Formats: sequence, structure tokens, C-alpha cells
Amino acid sequence: MDSKRILITGISRYWGGRLAQALEAFPEVEAVIGVDNEEPQVEFERTEYVKVGAQHALLRRVVEAAEIDTVVDTRLVVDSATTSSSKAHENNVMGTMNILAACTGPDSPVRKVVFKSSTHYYGCHQDDPAFFDETMRRPHPPRTGIERDIVEAEASLTEFAERHPETAVTTLRFANVLGPDVETSHIKLFSLPVVPMILGFDPRYQFVHEDDVVHALEHAVKHRAPGTFNVAGDGVLALSEVAGLLGKPYAPLLPPWGTGIATSVIRRIGIEIPPEALNQMRFGRGVDNRRFKASGFHYQHTSREAVMKLGEYLRLHPVVRGAQEPYRYEREVEDFLRWSPHVKNTRDRTAPALSREQLVELERLLTSFADTAGMDLGAAAPAPAPEPPPKPPKPRSRPRPARAPSEHYDDLAAEEVIALLASLEREDLAALHRYERDHANRTRVLGAIDSVLARRGSRV
Amino acid sequence: MAEPRRTTLSIREREAPATALVPAEQLKEHLPGVEPERRLNDWGRSERIEGIYDRTVADFLYRYWFRAEVEGIENVPSTGGALLVSNHAGALPPDAAMIAKAIKEEHAHPRPLNITVEHFFKGYPGFSMLVSKIGCVPAHPANVHRLLYDEEQLVLVFPEGRKATEKLYKDRYRLRRFGRGGFVEAAMRARAPIVPVCVVGAEESAPVFAQIGLMQRLTGFLYFPITPTFPHFGLLGMAGYLPAKFKLRFLEPIHFEEEGMHEDKALVQTVAHEVRARIQENVWDMLAKRKSVWFG
Repeated sequence: MDSKRILITGISRYWGGRLAQALEAFPEVEAVIGVDNEEPQVEFERTEYVKVGAQHALLRRVVEAAEIDTVVDTRLVVDSATTSSSKAHENNVMGTMNILAACTGPDSPVRKVVFKSSTHYYGCHQDDPAFFDETMRRPHPPRTGIERDIVEAEASLTEFAERHPETAVTTLRFANVLGPDVETSHIKLFSLPVVPMILGFDPRYQFVHEDDVVHALEHAVKHRAPGTFNVAGDGVLALSEVAGLLGKPYAPLLPPWGTGIATSVIRRIGIEIPPEALNQMRFGRGVDNRRFKASGFHYQHTSREAVMKLGEYLRLHPVVRGAQEPYRYEREVEDFLRWSPHVKNTRDRTAPALSREQLVELERLLTSFADTAGMDLGAAAPAPAPEPPPKPPKPRSRPRPARAPSEHYDDLAAEEVIALLASLEREDLAALHRYERDHANRTRVLGAIDSVLARRGSRV
Repeated sequence: MAEPRRTTLSIREREAPATALVPAEQLKEHLPGVEPERRLNDWGRSERIEGIYDRTVADFLYRYWFRAEVEGIENVPSTGGALLVSNHAGALPPDAAMIAKAIKEEHAHPRPLNITVEHFFKGYPGFSMLVSKIGCVPAHPANVHRLLYDEEQLVLVFPEGRKATEKLYKDRYRLRRFGRGGFVEAAMRARAPIVPVCVVGAEESAPVFAQIGLMQRLTGFLYFPITPTFPHFGLLGMAGYLPAKFKLRFLEPIHFEEEGMHEDKALVQTVAHEVRARIQENVWDMLAKRKSVWFG
């Protein structure tokens, strides 16, 4: 892992959220901070969310205060159907500028910038090469707003990379993303009962599965790979082939001439085809994905498999719809779960598992603890238990016999013992079980230990 | 349609490589694998449609209509990339289809041929769907390089380009300028041999008597020729070929073994002229030996 302290922009969108979830699972990552102007949509273990304005103007203070070494910018809007063009421009051009400005400065801690871009950078034209590679420039200046934004954003990124040679700038140009959890214009078109096409055209399409997108961003964070990379699954499909894989007929709904007028007509009936998608439906696009593969990345899905996965989802979706409760982000609840001392059942996946030697040691200690407790038992005078239940050992810390609740254990009522069980580790529970069986042998306590153990077993 | 069209294989200006350069040999290993379930390849070539076309139209024209005669097919290599360079003429000439069919029929190791075509075909409805399905790729230097170097396939180019199809019947068999030598550069860069190909018969099968510039602009076609069957028989008249006898001659390949030869522009031009001269000479020779346009 090249990066330790990571800042992710666009945390409330799908990509930022998933990337943060993936990165916080790495123990060597010290901090993951997500910024956005809206509340996150997914649950985090330890990612910290900071609300910033749409312009990301104060980002520099966050970057410097948290000593961020890697900035991952996932917030580029690449589909003009999702937001108004002025908002997209604000986000894509002004936002990128401000984020890059936050990474500059003589003593900036930032050593790596990862930027999520799109293959819309290349546009779609009649005289395109069949496979764009990263060194190629688009043959014509952009005509649609989104493409102009992307070209401008990448230009400011290139300028930043030139001025800061010590900072590794990785630009990932993603092909059209497919997957059950994202919503793009193309997925909406593929969800229609027929796949619309322009009469007389069968464009070539390349796709990337949503999981591969997250893995690609993760790969760029983990490794130092400066430069621009196309990210697209293997294989370029014809649109008719896509329709076949989805199991839908394709319909040449749009005329080859006057396509723009026809598009505005069908917008009235609720089918939105943004201009950059329209270009793609006419000329198609393929990109050369080999450079990113050469940097060590492995795709999990080819274009064809991504389409088939989407097809499976589209078939299953009407059946299972509504079966899962969507996650709702409530900031106060998240904060309580993360920081309150009363939260006992934390799922810290990041804690390192115990090694075999440590386990052996632990067992030895526990046995001796049980033995000492047993000897104490005979000597201690029966007395009432006025004190509150002693603090349970911290999860996963090495229990020492001296600190153990041994002196008072037998004074505790069954209810009190049972209340403690949830906070104990497996090994402690096993030892306690043995001890209880040999001494007081209270059925309620034994049953409770068994049930806690069983629950743990099923969860682990 | 108003956009300027490229007619020759010129390498476009490239921006400074921002990516740490990976050796080309290494990139070759990362070519996408073949998915056996697919019936189309990444270029859009369709096994099914090409098969139907090959068994019906191409077969009929090759065997019975043009009664093609082939010489020197052994000059087409059985393995590795090779760039076939041919003369070109007539309205919607069938020469490319006949060269592809000749390799399929006569060669010891039949291989698919990728035919480079004008970008016009990608932008015109109908053609756009069809041409890529039967093995045509847009004539872009990057496409030619990928096919020759990375995928090691056979590629056919017509360096005369659009100028060849525009020429009239009275100029038949006079080869036009070979572009700016982009095809030689492509072959040198990929270190693939050039196989010159001469075709006789295409000019008589689809003679052009005149070009109507106004109609060309109105329809958005590449050119608007007057042929024996077009435009009075409609679009299908474009394929109304006269049954001229076809003769194809594959010449000795020219090899480029050294690396970086394409940097030498003078050498590129020299080789381009040499290839053109060899084709022209052989075409004259074939014409001199031809007793009849229709019977050979």
C-alpha cells in the first residue's frame, strides 16, 4: 500500500462510498476522510465524513490538517442526464480546479492524486480509430457540454501534473459502466423493453463492470502508477450483440437524419438520451485497455460478462424489488456507533487475528486463571456482592489473571454473569464454561454461555 | 457530412505521452482473449454475416461472374502480419472482395483479410452496419498498426484512396499518387512485409463515365458516378457489375526488418514510389498479355 492517509471526494456518490468502504478495510491505511456536499449513502466503519461546499473551497485546510498523502477524486459527472449542465460544469471544471488547488502549496503533504475520468474524453466521431489509446488526442474539439467539461478537467490535471512532478497523478478513463447499483443513461436505455438504436447503425461499445471500477480505483491508490489509463473490460461488442445478450429485441427507433429532433420527441415520453450518448449510438467507441493491464490490474469481467450480469439483474429485479430495506444515513446514529464508549459490540474487522502461538498462550493463561480462581474460592469467605459488576476485559486484549474478576465471580448472581457474557471473547467464554461447570454449575449460566458461543460461531 | 474526411493513411499529431511508456512487446501480451461464445470480433466482424456473404455473393462473383484468375498467391505469408497494397478503380469496385476471396480460395492457409475503407462508410447509415460485419475496418493508421503489429493479421489498403474511385474510364489503369506514403510507414512501424497486388478487370466491370459533383454534395456520398447501371437503376445499380474477366497477381513481398525505419521520411517516400512503380509495371504487363476484356 502506497498511501496511508487518503481523502476521497464525492463520498456521497456511489463510487466514493464504495471506494471508502474498500479502503478502510486495509489496516495499513491510517485514515480515510470523505468529503462531499451531501450526506453519504452507505455505512462506514471508520471513514470520517466532512461536509464541504459544492466548490470544495476549504478543502486545502482539511488536506493540510489531516496530512493527506493521497487525494482520490471520484466526483466527475460523466452523464449529462443526471444533473443540469450548469451544475455539471460547476462540479467538473470549478470543482476539479479547487481540488487540485487544495493539493498545491510549497509544503503540501499530497503525494498522489487519482482522478476518475471517462472515455467520453475521446468523443465519438466518424474518423475515430477503432481503439483509442491513452496517447491519442480526440480528432475533433468537443461539441457536447459534458465532453467539454471532461476535456477541461483533464487539461487542468495535466497542467497540475507538469507543475508537480513529485506528485503522481493517475487519471483513469472509464468506459461505460454497467452494474446493478449504478444508474446511467445507457443502463436506463438497456432497461427498456427494447434496445433503441439509430436506423442503419450498429455501433461498437465497450463496458466496464461496477466492481472493476472500484477495484481499478483501489489499484491506483495501492500502487504508484502515474499517467493516464483507459479502464474498460476486454472485448468490444456491437449494440445488436448487447441487445442479444440482454435477451431483448433491438429497435431502430431513431432515424439516421434528424436524430436530434427525434430525440427531443421521445424525451416527451420519458426516454432521455443525452447528446454524448447519442453520438455513441451512432459511431460507437472502443478503447485500448492494455496499458492498465500492464500496470498489474486484472479485470474480473469482460464487456460481455458485464452485459450478462446486467441482464441477470434486470430480469431478477422486478421479482425481488422491495425485498431489501435501503440503508439510511443518519449522522447522529453513525457518530454514536463510531465514537460512543457505550457501544460494546464493535465490528472491528481491522484488528489483526491472533496467531496460533498467541492462542496457545492465551489458553494457558486462562487455565491457570481458572485454577487460581478455584483455589481462591475455597478460601474466600461468602460475602454479599455490593459492588457493580467489574469491568470486563477489553476485547482481544490479553487477559491477565491478576486483573480477572475472579475474586467476585462466585458472588455474582446468574443475571449479572449473563449480562457480562456478551463482552467476553470465545476463549474466555470457554474457560468460564469449564469453571462454572466445575463449581457453581448453574444451568442458566451454562445455557447462556452455550447460546452466546453458538451465536458467535455462526457469526464468525 | 461537412467534416473534412481523411483520404490517406497519415499519422495524426499525437500528444506527448503522459503515460509511462510500456514496451510494445509487453502490451502485445495483454491483448484481449477470444471469447468463443461470441460471433463477432472486437472490430465488429461477424462470422455469421461474413459467412453468408462469402458463400453467396462473393462466391458467385468470384467463380462465375468475374471468373477470377490468380497468380503468385504464395507471396501472401501464411503467418504474421502483412500489408497488401493494391491498385483500385471503378465505382464501388469489387476488387477488395475478390482479393479477399482469392486468399480464402487459393491460399494454402486461408486467412481472413481486413479491408481498410473510407471513414465515410462508418458515418453513413446502412453501410455503417454492413461493412464492418464483412471484415472492413476504417482506414486509420492506428487501426492498421494494431492489426499488423498486435494482432498479426492481413490488411489490404488502397493507397490511391478516394482519388482512385473518382477517376474516369478514360484514365483506367493509370495509378494515382500513393497518398503520402502512410501505408509504408505503417508497415515499417509494424515491421510487417508489404505484398503488392495487381488487379486487372475491375476498371471494366464498373466503369465510371462521369462524376456529378452537385449530386455528390446533395446525397452526402463519397462520389456520385455515372456508370452503365447507376443512377438509373437506383442504389442497387452501384453493384451492377459488367462481367469482365478478373486477373489478380500477388507480387514478391518487401520486408522491413529494421526497427525505426519509419522515422526516415525519405526512405518512406522512396519505398512508396517503388511499390507504386512495381504495381504499375505489372498492370501494364497484364494488360499487354490480355487478349479480351471479357474472356481474358
